[in-house]
Amino acid sequence: MRFSGWRVLKEGLTGNKGWTPHWRDPEPKSEYDVVIIGGGGHGLATAYYLAQEHGITNVAVLEKGYLGGGNVGRNTTIVRANYYLPGNSEFYSHSLKLWETMEQDLNYNAMMSQRGIINLFHNDGQRDAAVRRGNSIVNQGDDAELLSREQVRELAPFLNFDSNRFPIMGGLMQRRAGTARHDAVAWGFARGADMRGVDLIQNCEVTGIDVENGKVVGVQTARGPIRAKKVALAAAGRSGQVAAMAGLTLPIESHVLQAFVSEGLKPIVDHVITFAEGHLYISQSDKGGLVFGSYLDFYSSYAARGNLPMVEHTMESFVAMVPAVSKARLLRSWGGIMDMTPDGSPIIDHSPIEGLYLNCGWCYGGFKATPGSGSVYAHLIATDRPHGAATKFKLDRFRSGVGLMDEEGTGAQHNLH
Amino acid sequence: MRITCPLCGERDRREFYYKGAALVRPAEGADLDAWHEYVNLRENPAGPLDELWYHEMGCNAWLKVARNTATHEILDVQLASEAGLGGEK
Repeated sequence: MRFSGWRVLKEGLTGNKGWTPHWRDPEPKSEYDVVIIGGGGHGLATAYYLAQEHGITNVAVLEKGYLGGGNVGRNTTIVRANYYLPGNSEFYSHSLKLWETMEQDLNYNAMMSQRGIINLFHNDGQRDAAVRRGNSIVNQGDDAELLSREQVRELAPFLNFDSNRFPIMGGLMQRRAGTARHDAVAWGFARGADMRGVDLIQNCEVTGIDVENGKVVGVQTARGPIRAKKVALAAAGRSGQVAAMAGLTLPIESHVLQAFVSEGLKPIVDHVITFAEGHLYISQSDKGGLVFGSYLDFYSSYAARGNLPMVEHTMESFVAMVPAVSKARLLRSWGGIMDMTPDGSPIIDHSPIEGLYLNCGWCYGGFKATPGSGSVYAHLIATDRPHGAATKFKLDRFRSGVGLMDEEGTGAQHNLH
Repeated sequence: MRITCPLCGERDRREFYYKGAALVRPAEGADLDAWHEYVNLRENPAGPLDELWYHEMGCNAWLKVARNTATHEILDVQLASEAGLGGEK
């Protein structure tokens, strides 16, 4: 089933009776070439790129719940490539380019909206950092523009420019950044993978990973054992538990990050805007809700809900920067489980077990990475060599201390990210 | 989330700074693997976990807190100085 404007028109005129399910619901086979653990954005994208780019279609994606029910459906939908450090810079650049063509490639509307991101700065030090990061982004081949205070005012007149403590001096803008419809990203990759022969198996929790003589041979699941030549982790916040099934301990702590949506308002925020004052980020959904979030709660958690102090901090930051929203009501909030590494950057690498691959440690940056992560992970699984855009996401950088990517410059320690 | 400090009583989470899993520090001459395990690797359980919290806005005591990471329930609190974490592994 292909989507097109003509098809939408035809279905609209005939009672929408011609639509069919987007993917099959197959029984698991007894053996696959590749088993991917985790049917979220990254797992589904990996399956798609394995089939599309590498012709590997004897693949199963095993998901303990339903497809896209984890962090890909629990984020603030921001897509950008404005990283500073080598390693992250080329990877997110690769990912943003895939975002730009993904909808056409998948024949699926992911509502990719390149509305631009503006990172505000409030003092000279932040301005210098923005200039430096902007130059780094330009050197990578992506776009970055330094906006003056007046240029920011033209784009976002509702901001509080004259706050005593955090006056807005300007912003760093990336026009190609934006937002995408998060669920549709998962669905689009799921449909794309399924159409190419990948089995998407839901309600199929992995309960064990079978390793013989240092080599992975398959997995135990709630729906029986499945043999596999290669097993690929894509379990986000649950990576620690899945890795433990293979006897591995990862450099990861799972933390809770909250996000919030206001009631639907008339269009006010045209871009994605971040405030350096309290690490706040906001955008407005097509339904009118203001979507925003700030820091982690800063303690280990699998609860998928946070505590009130961070709710209060986030609201304070928001009202301080956009006084006009002080009367808007909060519609809902939720928490995602973030797999935090000590340096705040991800791991895409071989594991010490032959045939077992790691894709984890996405911290709070997993959504924007979705197509890039799938693309480079599929490359690693198919060729056993890292993709050119992901050569630095090594597992052993934590042990050696060489090649740490501490984008925030706070120190490569667990409690600092 | 509220933590009952053994010295100050029940207090709001805001008074505390979170350090992370309460691990026994390796001896000074321990090898790289022991330090890697201490500094980086985490069991990261979804359930009870022993952690270090610092009562920054209160009595400045370091606390060893047993907390369920799946429910946020505080299971036990004791002074870190009495928890035997200062020894060397």
